[in-house]
Amino acid sequence: MSGRARNLVVLLTIWAVLVFAPYWMPFVGGYTALGARVLVLALAAMSVNFLLGFTGVLSFGHAAYFGLGAYGAGFALKFLAPSTPLSLICGMLLGGLAGALLGSLIVRRRGVYFAMVTIAFGQVLYYVAFQWSSLTGGDDGLRGFSRQPLDFGFGSIDILSNETAFYFFVLVCFAIVVAVMGYVLQSPFGRTMIAIRENERRARFLGIAIERHIWIAFTLSCFFMGFAGALYALVNNFADPRGLHYSQSGDFVMMAVMGGMRSFWGPLLGAAVFVVLQDYLSSLTVNWMSFVGLLFILVVLFFPRGLLGFIRRQEPA
Amino acid sequence: MTQLLLFNVTNGLIIGVFYVLMALGLSLILNLSNVINFAHGGFLVIGGYIAYSVTPYVGFWGALLIAPPLTALIGFIVERILIRPLYGRDPLYGLLLTFGLAFIIEDGTRFIWGAQGKPVTVPAVLARPLSSELFFITGYRLFMVVTTIIVVALLFAILRYSRLGIRIRAGTLDLETVAAMGVNIRALRSLNFAAGVFLAGLSGVLAAGQLGLEPTMGTGLLMPSFVAIIVGGVGSLTGTLIGGLLIGVASGVTAVFLPAASEAVIYVLMALILLLRPRGLLGEEGMMT
Repeated sequence: MSGRARNLVVLLTIWAVLVFAPYWMPFVGGYTALGARVLVLALAAMSVNFLLGFTGVLSFGHAAYFGLGAYGAGFALKFLAPSTPLSLICGMLLGGLAGALLGSLIVRRRGVYFAMVTIAFGQVLYYVAFQWSSLTGGDDGLRGFSRQPLDFGFGSIDILSNETAFYFFVLVCFAIVVAVMGYVLQSPFGRTMIAIRENERRARFLGIAIERHIWIAFTLSCFFMGFAGALYALVNNFADPRGLHYSQSGDFVMMAVMGGMRSFWGPLLGAAVFVVLQDYLSSLTVNWMSFVGLLFILVVLFFPRGLLGFIRRQEPA
Repeated sequence: MTQLLLFNVTNGLIIGVFYVLMALGLSLILNLSNVINFAHGGFLVIGGYIAYSVTPYVGFWGALLIAPPLTALIGFIVERILIRPLYGRDPLYGLLLTFGLAFIIEDGTRFIWGAQGKPVTVPAVLARPLSSELFFITGYRLFMVVTTIIVVALLFAILRYSRLGIRIRAGTLDLETVAAMGVNIRALRSLNFAAGVFLAGLSGVLAAGQLGLEPTMGTGLLMPSFVAIIVGGVGSLTGTLIGGLLIGVASGVTAVFLPAASEAVIYVLMALILLLRPRGLLGEEGMMT
């Protein structure tokens, strides 16, 4: 099979699995709400990987923009207007603009320094969400809002009580953002990002404005992240400060690495495995934290290229 | 008002002492191994709980002598088994691995010692306030500060004058050349890692006497230590020292005027410093002390 045909088969398989998820998941012990969660967290992991896997800079504080997105959606539904699309836009804007602003402080650093600064700035936003309890509800989280039926003028879709309809709504949102992400990566800008990842110095010699490119990539990824966070608020009808915490960032990075951060779809696989495993472990033992920690260590030591990277290496080239 | 301010500045300095000890250990490891040790807070907790467990047999002074070296030994073993395979790879992997390790340590301490906080009693000599007017300066706080000063002075002296210290500093600048000159850099990194963890263990013992013990206490002290390193400038231990004290005092002073912001102020400080001096106060890439 030629490369192009193979890509088409892979793509069709992925979408078929996702589209029919509400119908096959019950047979393997899953439930539709879990499917929606996997999609949203996968979107977040793919946004992290947009930066990590394709620009080569590690942000370990990306959950902050995810959590902000969730608050943005919550605020919009609670204080602005009962509209689901509006809440998604507000969430995306809140996460993305915060990222654009902080990103300008961050992008000049590299390597471990970059990672540390992103963690620290992520924690600022976490503390703000945690302390400003009159607005955010503090530790208890933001409650008192729920996703609204989609109104098209000629008819409406109830995504609040109909879990399957909501899953398809999330899937459509997922598809749109993933398409945008894929488009950016295919564009000359995306190619430049990869050039920076492969050899920053050479890219600089070629006259590429490295800082500006990294800043744009960082900001874009924060917009995607804010969107994912907004969707997450709709999944739970709830937003809380833990969504901004660096341990959440660690989970996202882990999903990306576990799936395979050199590939576009890797984080989706990673998120699915991670969410299902966590769901299963926490129902099985109170010491699930140890097992998750062990998973981190095992992946780093034995599968640094992730599941997809591992599978690819087994095949003859 | 003056007394309130003094009270909070002292509080800030005390907490700054923890930040300094933690951040110096982190800095040592970061500079030579290029690993951000997320499990550093976990090592602090281990140090504290070891002290808690041995205190009934050897007393507080014995625990102070025993716990940090034992923690360092654990760190040494961890470095051998888990960290060593990561050298030369993307810093991402060290970050993720120690992140997972921190999970395991936190869960492990909860499993062994229970989720409930544990009080650690300090000797009566140290528990008394120095005077009724300055009630907040207990002997224990003074003792913590003095201990930290001694340890930090020792650390700097070792780095400056001993052969080991010179090798560590040289390794920070150019590890390859140091290796080419016949220094066993594997052993050097192991020792250096253990030294960093020793500092975490020591701050664990000191923190246990001041704050009590909880499995999650390490996480709370870890983040400010990161900030201390960034403020001081990555690569500079002196910078880390200043950074730790600075953010401690800053959060102490803020606690007087705007208590809700006392946690957030250190990050504001960090943002300001990154704006004005992108490399931190004393940071010069690849330089140390």
